[in-house]
Amino acid sequence: MRAGDLLGFAVNSLAAHRARSALMVLAMAIGVAAVVVLTALGEAARSYVVSQFSALGSHLLIVFPGRTETSGTFPGALTGATPRELTLDDALALSRRPAVRRVAPLTIGSATVSWARRSREVAVLGSTSEFVEIRRFVMAQGRFLPSLDPRRAQPVVVLGSLVRNELFGAANAVGEWVRIGERRYRVVGVLASQGQSLGFNTDELVILPVASAQALFNQAGLLRILVEARSREEIAGAKAAVVDVLRTRHEGEQDVTVVTQDALLATFDRILRALTLAVGGIAAISLAVAGILIMNVMLIAVSQRTREIGLLKALGAAPGGIRTIFLTEAVLLSATGAAAGLALGEAGTAVLGKLYPVLSVAAPAWASVAALATALTTGIVFSALPARRAARLDPVVALYRR
Amino acid sequence: MIELAGIERMFVVGGQQVHALRNFDLRIADGEYVAVMGPSGSGKSTLLNLIGLLDRPSAGQYRLDGRDVIGLSDEEQARVRSRKMGFVFQVFHLVPRLTAAENVALPMVLAGIAPAERRQRVEKALAAFGLTDRAAHRPDQLSGGQRQRVAIARATVMGPAVILADEPTGNLDRATGEEVMAILDRLNAQGVTVILVTHDAQIGAHARRQLRMLDGALVSDTAAEAMTA
Repeated sequence: MRAGDLLGFAVNSLAAHRARSALMVLAMAIGVAAVVVLTALGEAARSYVVSQFSALGSHLLIVFPGRTETSGTFPGALTGATPRELTLDDALALSRRPAVRRVAPLTIGSATVSWARRSREVAVLGSTSEFVEIRRFVMAQGRFLPSLDPRRAQPVVVLGSLVRNELFGAANAVGEWVRIGERRYRVVGVLASQGQSLGFNTDELVILPVASAQALFNQAGLLRILVEARSREEIAGAKAAVVDVLRTRHEGEQDVTVVTQDALLATFDRILRALTLAVGGIAAISLAVAGILIMNVMLIAVSQRTREIGLLKALGAAPGGIRTIFLTEAVLLSATGAAAGLALGEAGTAVLGKLYPVLSVAAPAWASVAALATALTTGIVFSALPARRAARLDPVVALYRR
Repeated sequence: MIELAGIERMFVVGGQQVHALRNFDLRIADGEYVAVMGPSGSGKSTLLNLIGLLDRPSAGQYRLDGRDVIGLSDEEQARVRSRKMGFVFQVFHLVPRLTAAENVALPMVLAGIAPAERRQRVEKALAAFGLTDRAAHRPDQLSGGQRQRVAIARATVMGPAVILADEPTGNLDRATGEEVMAILDRLNAQGVTVILVTHDAQIGAHARRQLRMLDGALVSDTAAEAMTA
């Protein structure tokens, strides 16, 4: 048979069983659409998280006190020694290394901030002027912390936008004195609203110079030190330098953990990609179900069309030709279903994109290709058996069946 | 030339062996008009299916135009059917979703003949059987006689050497049956071998040669009688 005739014959016989064909196309379409939409969602979630991490600033190293080993302990654990704290001097020592562009020591605590009669419990962050650049914060009003000697405990504060609104309302905040704990600080700036960043709402923060925060909370240690490398290439060098400097300063003991943001990012990327694949895989199961449906319906079609098959054989169709006819119908069905599913999936993706503009929802090309290929493959695989059964029908039995 | 020698055909029905054809010999020359008659179960249809290569004998030899056709593969037998055989059935066996013209074109579609040539030959065949104005009708819009004429047009469109007709008038009234027989007579007059299975003596009388079967064996053959007479 010619390809055109084969296609025409298939279309004709599928059109003759409109409801049945439509249902099969629908089953296939739902499967393909599910794969497309779910992988699009997974990919959107992944790129959202990745972009959130990037907002932290690139080429970032994070230094924690204590050493995390795979054993989950640090060298001093057995001898009873606690890990040495990170100090402000450690941070300042790091900033002098050539591979390091910026350093921001970080300390954190919580305190009550009040102005006039209003007060509020807030998270208090202590850092230096470089923190604003490392975290890419945008100022709404005033300036960030002054870039003076970080060891000086200046009485200044930068407010998060929500804190400012709750304390000052419509009043002007910059230049006012607020009370935090037992001390008073002058407001030098207000952060623009940045929204959530890794579950940490910067709008609800107040930021003090690191020395002021240390004095306020009466602690010498730092929570961590953020280190920005000069370039992506120098991340490894910066990490080595950080480890080296801190070991020297800590009497030859490596008692800090340095995490590069890239490593963190790569881990999240891997986890979320695996999640996307898993979700896509679950959706692909519905494609297999659609395939089984196609097999079932093709088997019914073969038994319903037994007489036609016998006739085709009498008219000179070879077994291979009969098989090709049924396979063509199956492929046509699954291709139509896959195409419809792709359109449905794209539409669904577009709707999701409208509903959640934060996520850039778009199915990756590989997912669409994989869904199409899976649809066609299941269509062909699951119709192989019915087609073979049709090809093997005894024409005499087929023709004389009542 | 159709030559059958020592043909056996056994079926197993409900655990019992049924001898549909036993030690069957037959020669049919090109251009003959043969009626196979006998009661139901006598093996007439089995014989026709064997000749048409729809069935394989349990034993024996079948030479078609001097060539052994039993040893051919399914694909090769299909090709022989396509080129040399035309089937006409009691129940017409038209594809219900196809129009008369499409039904007639079906053997050519299966043989891969180009659409342009197909159209031409379908037109000619429909005209030859008085079906031109029925070309776009589907089988359920046709009368029984018209359906059988479409079936005959389909059987002849590939220009076969042999027409195998199994009770072609079985589902038609007497007058329509006679019309269909007139068509078969005409085809035979044009040189096509016609082999007709019927249990109706009046229909069988159209053929020049009558075979009578009983229990899978030939009990009479007018050609043989003519020779011995």
